[in-house]
Amino acid sequence: MTESLVEVRNLKKYFPITAGILRRKVGDVKAVDGVSFNIRTGETFALVGESGSGKTTTGKTILRLYRPTDGKIIFDGEEISQLKDRQLKKFRRVMQMVYQDPISSLNPRKRVKDILLEPLIIHKIGTPSERYSAVKKILEIVQLGEDYLYRYPHELSGGEKQRVAIGRALILNPKFIVLDEPTSSLDVSVQAKIIHFIKELQKKFKLTYLFISHNLSLVKNISNYVGVMYLGKLIEMGPTNELYRKPLHPYTQALLSAIPVVSDEEEKMKPRKTPIKGEIPNPANPPPGCRFQTRCPFKKEICEKVTPEMIEVRKTYFVSCHLIS
Amino acid sequence: MSKSHKDSPLLQVKDLHVYFDTIEGTAKVLNGVFLTIKKSEAVSLVGETGCGKSVTAKTIIGLLPVPPARIVKGEVLFEGKNLLKMNEDELWKIRGRKISMIFQNPMTALNPIFTVGAQLKDVVKWAGKRKVGLREYFRGGTEEKEIEEKILKMLEQVRLPSDVIDKYPSQLSGGMRQRVLIAMALINNPELVIADEPGTALDVTIQDQILNLLKERIQSMKISVLYITHNLGVARELSQRIYVMYAGNVIETAPTKKLFKSPSHPYTIGLLEAVPKLTGEMEKGIPGRVPDYKNPPTGCRFHPRCNFAMPICKKKFPEPVEIETEHWICCHLFK
Amino acid sequence: MSRAVLEAGISESTLKYKLEDLRRAWYRFKKNKLSIAGLSIILFVVFMAIAAPYISPYPEDAGAVVKFEQAYQPPSWEHLFGTDEAGRDVLSRVIFGARYSLTLAFVVLTIAVCIGVPLGLIAGLYKGLISDIIMRVTDVFLALPSIVLALAVTVVLSPSLINVMWAMAFGWWPWYTRLVYGEALSVKQEDFVEAAKLLGASKIRIAFKEILPNCISPIIVKITLDMGFVILAGAGLSFLGLGAQPPTPDWGTMMSEGRSHLPTIWWPTVFPGLAVCFTVLGFNLLGDGLRDVLDVEVT
Repeated sequence: MTESLVEVRNLKKYFPITAGILRRKVGDVKAVDGVSFNIRTGETFALVGESGSGKTTTGKTILRLYRPTDGKIIFDGEEISQLKDRQLKKFRRVMQMVYQDPISSLNPRKRVKDILLEPLIIHKIGTPSERYSAVKKILEIVQLGEDYLYRYPHELSGGEKQRVAIGRALILNPKFIVLDEPTSSLDVSVQAKIIHFIKELQKKFKLTYLFISHNLSLVKNISNYVGVMYLGKLIEMGPTNELYRKPLHPYTQALLSAIPVVSDEEEKMKPRKTPIKGEIPNPANPPPGCRFQTRCPFKKEICEKVTPEMIEVRKTYFVSCHLIS
Repeated sequence: MSKSHKDSPLLQVKDLHVYFDTIEGTAKVLNGVFLTIKKSEAVSLVGETGCGKSVTAKTIIGLLPVPPARIVKGEVLFEGKNLLKMNEDELWKIRGRKISMIFQNPMTALNPIFTVGAQLKDVVKWAGKRKVGLREYFRGGTEEKEIEEKILKMLEQVRLPSDVIDKYPSQLSGGMRQRVLIAMALINNPELVIADEPGTALDVTIQDQILNLLKERIQSMKISVLYITHNLGVARELSQRIYVMYAGNVIETAPTKKLFKSPSHPYTIGLLEAVPKLTGEMEKGIPGRVPDYKNPPTGCRFHPRCNFAMPICKKKFPEPVEIETEHWICCHLFK
Repeated sequence: MSRAVLEAGISESTLKYKLEDLRRAWYRFKKNKLSIAGLSIILFVVFMAIAAPYISPYPEDAGAVVKFEQAYQPPSWEHLFGTDEAGRDVLSRVIFGARYSLTLAFVVLTIAVCIGVPLGLIAGLYKGLISDIIMRVTDVFLALPSIVLALAVTVVLSPSLINVMWAMAFGWWPWYTRLVYGEALSVKQEDFVEAAKLLGASKIRIAFKEILPNCISPIIVKITLDMGFVILAGAGLSFLGLGAQPPTPDWGTMMSEGRSHLPTIWWPTVFPGLAVCFTVLGFNLLGDGLRDVLDVEVT
């Protein structure tokens, strides 16, 4: 059995809300509010949810771009939850991220060559000529010609920019990459190329991915394991095929039933249409009890008072819902 | 297919060519677009970024910035009359009243300094009127009551609470703003609504609500719709006929069911294959890049990327051919 | 390939591409006729300043020379701009005057930028007490009209060109702080800054390699436009008697000296005044042109 590369235990990340001249704290945005899961080596773990779900914050907190408010992050056996910046530097080589918007994730004033050299310079890897060769090699891997070295980001198409971003993430030879909606700003045909490419890279370099997305059809195509988040909490998670075949949580069912599909075949695979009313509540002021109760068509009285626990329904399949107890 | 009352179509776009003059050259963005919408029909114009679908929509409704845009050839016939040849006064009477538009981004499409009620009132009072005299502007009073009732009724139909009238757009969520946009587009009972990427800026569950609302409203008001979208799944759910665009041309069109059952143009097939599906299939996509409109490929603009390209594809643009009932395609493979 | 050759090859290629960038930028700049006009004016003024002793007809008149018998001569072929109250050739003095104006602008802005830009960068990047203190001090300085500030400083110190430079630099740096602060704040939010942090870059590295290069365009444009305004303000202060003292051929000072004889003896005042206008115009046109070129680059 493959061990877990990443273990997340009761992770919390709150962002303080301040008011007044003296910036006194008046509350918290509970972006991530007690999330636990494992990512096994070599697998693609997908985190899905809508805005305010906390999926991006979870990914960034695991990478220690934020300091967790509470909880543990164990990466490759080492606990990194409370490490200081200097101690984290060595981890920067093994965990990386690809951002959603390729335009803002590349410095417009830097050429591709400099963007790719930067990680090597920061970590003082190799001599200048060795670095140059490494950059050329990476360009080959991301399937861009050598003439791209001296171009600026604004001279590249969306797909090409994203390849450079992926190249930057790969050049340090990481083990773990967080992909935050890497293709949502790309067209369908470009997306297909990039996703296939990302899958090949995973096989070739034995990478572990955390794939964050709101596109459920895409998630089905790339992940082995899915976690569904709502307002800072994980409400359901399990192996991809199982979760899609028989989703248990009403929110998961609603999400899956809302996917626009392109064939009758897929239509039959969707759960029955369960339209949910209302808006997503403000993460600064989540509803009491179960977070989803204000919009749940099956709400019971207990849902308004008690937050449901995460239960292991069967091996590796978890749900947190009072309907399933 | 929907049954139309009369056989004459509501909107007909014929051989539309639109060019953009830029410092670096002339971009030949639209290369002969054709489109027909019947009364009470829902049609989608589907294509990827840069294919010209937004330009087509803007040309229809008359919001194209001319210059740098230039309408070189073609007609846009609305109820038989050519919109491109109308004078400003006539165009104004149609735009906003008979043809309305739901804009793409609910976050930016509403004026932040006016309340929702004020903006809706503006639409009811002034849509279609090009010149409004001062006296007319300040008059108000008599029709106020009717207008308010109309607004309240519309809000109910888009399932917004009536207190939204006094709220500012910044106080509303994305979904609610989108509903306001829908209300603004439908309140004057138009004949045709153009919906630009409805719901793409919203979350999946909210988008679902909005699309269902749109579908329901349009069916009950018997309006025609032109959906502009890049999402084939959304087009499949919302429309009865789909037009697929590539690089400034409509390359295939068919009733929805037929299009998904027997897609025929290599681009359509490639596009459909590239869509991630719940069945776990997702092909590698289409090789190559979208062409540069300043120097587009000759003949069929797709030929550089087409696996089935023949010598004639480079020489001559394939005119539309009907391959089965109501299924048209622009491709030399089908003659 | 040997390491030295490879490294030489890399830097050579980069140089080639950098030149290509410059060439493209110049091509875009060239398209705007006004920008070329501005550049020409400035080059001309700079040339005047550098070559003053060689191109002015009476270079000795720039100093403390007195030839009363030639005083107040109207413009003629011997004295194209006429002579002033001490009989000195106005044209030569105007040419030499370019030196003082350009030096003033250069020194003032160098000081202002060296103080203002780092402060703005620090304020933009370190949110909290430091940023607050810096910005509030900046606000205080911005609230005082720079002329009044310059006046105050020169009254305390004795009037001279050098003191005017200090006084003006004092009033000018806050604008740069505020500009850089705003730019740094918005650039800080971009993903590539976070990506750099994720790669392990230190805060200093991020400040100089990621943030600052993206703030530079507006700084360059502002410096160019400010050159004109500094010269204008400096001429004003000299006109008031606070700057360069007679017999220095500073344009403002010259205008002040000739003021009492207007409008009949107009040439000692008008020609230096035109020189100021001409130079300021040049910098404004150049600044506008630069702004258009630099903005396009990023989009």
